[in-house]
Amino acid sequence: MKRNRIALGFIAAVMSVPQAWAETPADFLRTFEASARQEAPGFAGFSAARGEAFFKTTHGNDWSCASCHTQRPTQAGKHAKTDKPIEPLAPAANPARFTQQAKVAKWFKRNCNDVLNRACTAQEQGDVLAYLMSLK
Amino acid sequence: MKTVLIAATLLAASAAAHADGQKTFTATNPTWQAECGSCHLAYPPQLLPARSWRALMTGLDKHFGSDASVDAKTAAEIGVFLEKNAGRDRDATAKPVLRITDTGWFRHEHDEVAASVWRNPKVKSAANCAACHTGAARGDFNEHSIRIPR
Repeated sequence: MKRNRIALGFIAAVMSVPQAWAETPADFLRTFEASARQEAPGFAGFSAARGEAFFKTTHGNDWSCASCHTQRPTQAGKHAKTDKPIEPLAPAANPARFTQQAKVAKWFKRNCNDVLNRACTAQEQGDVLAYLMSLK
Repeated sequence: MKTVLIAATLLAASAAAHADGQKTFTATNPTWQAECGSCHLAYPPQLLPARSWRALMTGLDKHFGSDASVDAKTAAEIGVFLEKNAGRDRDATAKPVLRITDTGWFRHEHDEVAASVWRNPKVKSAANCAACHTGAARGDFNEHSIRIPR
């Protein structure tokens, strides 16, 4: 019986540290950097300022990232067409953001197609993430 | 007399149920809910016939102006769920109806709703079921749960 309690305690301790198996925003930034270096050998780092500008402008279509995720991504947003509530995008306001590879890839694919009619480059994704991570 | 009244009430209730159709939609699937509910209400599969769902699922990258694409495995699971729980094909159109709001059933159900309601910013569009159907997220579209915003 005591052995079971020790085992349960250990499991609880491990599960209380999400980084034990979930990915983190910093992990994603590292992945984007590796890809960005491959895309353009002159890679000079990510910029939160550049990411913010990218996030808030339109890129040929009606919507910008901010159209749904708002000018202050620490707050909840809503879908520009349906008004469906969207949880905050900034990791500081929403710890679930940028923790699942499949989810991040899916939403960048869809939303960059909508906003830019193309995939976002790793540089752009990294800049945007740097901006989102800079928000408190 | 009492028996007649009870019988008449039951008959009327069942007639109403058949005339109006089902108003609580209980079919659910977690993948469908997560994916199809991420930008709008996950519309109950019963609201369109199977051929409409098939058409929608093959064009997800151009989903009413947005890219709503999912990976093949997810699409297969959602597609099976939608077709299995789809409604009857009531509109005898050559091409499948893609918008629930274009179906004869929807128009009939909402034919008493004033045009001003659809224009109300709190409603915004007929696709925004939850604006009036307070139980929509639970699949409850019964009349008693309706609150039209002013």
